[in-house]
Amino acid sequence: MEDLILKLKKEIIGILNREDITPEDIDAEAPLFGDGLGLDSIDALEFIVLLEETYGIKIEDPKKGRKIFYSVKTMADYIQEHQKN
Amino acid sequence: MEAFIRGVGNISPQYTYNNAFFLEEVVPHYSIRLLSREPDYKEYINPIQLRRMSRALKMGVTAAGICLRDAEVGTPDAIITATGLGMMEDSEKFLTSILDKGERLVNPTSFIQSIHNTVGAYIAVMLKCNKYNFTYVHNFLSFESALTDTLMRLEERPSERILVGGIEGLAEEYFKITDSVGFWKKEQVESLKLLRYDSPGTIAGEGVAFFLLTKRPDPGNYALIRGVRAIYKPGDPKDIQEKIDPFLDKNKLEVRDLDLVLLGLNGDAEHDGIYHWLQENYFQENSQAYFKHLCGEHYVASSFALWLAAKVLKHQRIPQVIVLKDKGTPGKPIRNILIYNQNKNITHSLMLVSSC
Amino acid sequence: MRGRIFVTGFGIISAIGRNARETLESLRDSRSGIGPITHLDTIHKAELPVAEVKLSNKELAEMTGVTEYQLTTRTTLLGVIAAREAARHAGLDPSDKQFLTGIVSATTVGGMDKTEINFKNYQKGWPYNHFISTHDCSDSTEKIADYLGIRDYLTTISTACSSSANSVIHGAQLIRHGIVDRVLAGGTDSLSKFTLNGFHALLILDKNPCKPFDKDRMGLNLGEGAAYLVLESERSASEKKVLCELKGYGNANDAYHQTGSSPEGLGPYLSMKEALEMSGLGPEAIDYINAHGTGTDNNDLTEGIAIEKIFAPHIPPVSSTKPLTGHTLGAAGAVEAVISIMALTHGMVFPNLNFRTRIPELSFDPVKELTKMNKVRNVLSNSFGFGGNDSTLIFSAC
Repeated sequence: MEDLILKLKKEIIGILNREDITPEDIDAEAPLFGDGLGLDSIDALEFIVLLEETYGIKIEDPKKGRKIFYSVKTMADYIQEHQKN
Repeated sequence: MEAFIRGVGNISPQYTYNNAFFLEEVVPHYSIRLLSREPDYKEYINPIQLRRMSRALKMGVTAAGICLRDAEVGTPDAIITATGLGMMEDSEKFLTSILDKGERLVNPTSFIQSIHNTVGAYIAVMLKCNKYNFTYVHNFLSFESALTDTLMRLEERPSERILVGGIEGLAEEYFKITDSVGFWKKEQVESLKLLRYDSPGTIAGEGVAFFLLTKRPDPGNYALIRGVRAIYKPGDPKDIQEKIDPFLDKNKLEVRDLDLVLLGLNGDAEHDGIYHWLQENYFQENSQAYFKHLCGEHYVASSFALWLAAKVLKHQRIPQVIVLKDKGTPGKPIRNILIYNQNKNITHSLMLVSSC
Repeated sequence: MRGRIFVTGFGIISAIGRNARETLESLRDSRSGIGPITHLDTIHKAELPVAEVKLSNKELAEMTGVTEYQLTTRTTLLGVIAAREAARHAGLDPSDKQFLTGIVSATTVGGMDKTEINFKNYQKGWPYNHFISTHDCSDSTEKIADYLGIRDYLTTISTACSSSANSVIHGAQLIRHGIVDRVLAGGTDSLSKFTLNGFHALLILDKNPCKPFDKDRMGLNLGEGAAYLVLESERSASEKKVLCELKGYGNANDAYHQTGSSPEGLGPYLSMKEALEMSGLGPEAIDYINAHGTGTDNNDLTEGIAIEKIFAPHIPPVSSTKPLTGHTLGAAGAVEAVISIMALTHGMVFPNLNFRTRIPELSFDPVKELTKMNKVRNVLSNSFGFGGNDSTLIFSAC
């Protein structure tokens, strides 16, 4: 789980194109959207692509995205649960 | 239809983004590709917004910010932008990703940002500006179209202050592709010697120039735009002269009243002939200057020319680096500047700018 | 006092017809143009319904005598057809030096339909590299202008889905300020892999025919087409049969997000308000609203909220005709302007197909069937684009 969380943090930083942030700067339990990292609906779409491309998990309904992408931890949980299949 | 230029913001292949200066330092480019001298964007845009932006978008948003600051305006009453190719960097990115990934798992961000009105939209969101917002995309007449719309709008709403600008970023693939079909010079070139190569092609440039236009007189105004005219396929290039006379006449001027003629010569031996003819047969008694050795050739280069004219009129100084012919009288104020730009005898444009 | 702007002709081509007559028949018969993809080579072929013009490029070229169709973009071919029909309808003769004639066109795709096919082959030279010159948005405008002999004023607008509504606005402004006496104003867009994949990546395409204003709507269907209006000043229209008047227009920016409207629909509200103010009409004078109504979650809700804010409690008949024509992007403003004018001149309101269940937050249903009205005097047409670019046009009988 720890490895997955670190990997996810690095991937998120990559998607965000933020050279000024390190994985240590991201709190795994903190909300990703809204304040803080300032993610928005376009980032949510990028995460959907990330999940399919890197983890083979397809999210058909973008509305589910908000819950899954709430924090790095919820993303990691979702990936662990669905990668088994 | 006329309006004052109250503020400017220009990011170009010269150090133009700091309004305190005016070409005291000139950058020579030893390449057929003139890229912008860019400011530190972190001073103008926060990292959360900056992260996604292409170069053209960064330049666009920043130049607009510099212009508004210069004009001491918080939120304009309209935002009108012009671009020939739009957000080419993002278009290339998205297109390449579709083609390389077989349309699978493509990233949406570059698609959204490839939309032509992206700069105008970003400025609106950043300033929470709910007002009129248009984007013109007609090759070398894009900026002239935007200016025409701005002047019309100010006639109807004389108390408004309108932000208008031209944006063109030189994208990687676009440059290579156009190079392969002979748009640009084949030989090694020094930009400041642009007119000395008797060969086809020109040099590629880019830039963003924004202006805050208003009908209010103010000691801080740079200049007065007195008219703009776009001409399409006039036929014989000598017919251009027949369009210039009435344009000046409408503004109660004759050719000899022009203190400076700013010409869009771009060093292309196959197409500069029109300018040469006018220089020898129509503008021969006027001081003449050019500008594309500073900004390169691109669809909104005329917006760089307008910036140049505005600065000349404000500072009452013509930088030596742009001078082709000096017919001025020392001590005589510089009052009227005509900007003339054309592309391959298809599109021609005129802008008349005066001191105020 | 602003000069009056009259519409003296129009032309249209879309998935529901090659010309105005066919379009009107399809509208009357509620015959949708949405179906499977046939002429785009894409992996999404089996999955995504679109509204294609049912003609190949060759057939489009044959309609107008355009030679070398292989070197012409589909965007241009569609544009020439609609522009020619409009010019003929209005009896427009650009060579008549009594009047100045301009063209304001719009597009989002431009020449991308050809660029995307040839991009990787440019280095092979001709004919692939010919399409470098057809890529940008102004190419189709100039080709249309050359075909019709228009030279006095040309420009092109690109503001996503509000583009050709903005062409109409700018055209009217050019006439009012005496830059031209009459204008061909509209837009054209063809289907392309670029836009199909772009919208697909945004997850706003419906895998079935779209359901605007329905609680269970799943997104939009892309379409293609072109439409132009001929707008004239009082002076140049004086000897002509006039179809209607462009009574009002407005453009505002939502300034909320690149791809979505603010929850309260501020931009749409402002553009409708501005158009009404210019027209001098009160909300109760509007007999029909041709909505932008794309079928996306965000648009229909926010447009609906904005309509309620202005028109409640007497909300006029509202329908989106996109289940018929698809979303024609840069051409949508003009396509739907033509449809609005047809509603006006034929006294009918066209249906919003595929509607079943009302959106809970709204208090109205769209019009479900073709409805004949005693009088349709004033029609309001909305076009809202990415980048929060929101435009409204009002046409009135005269």
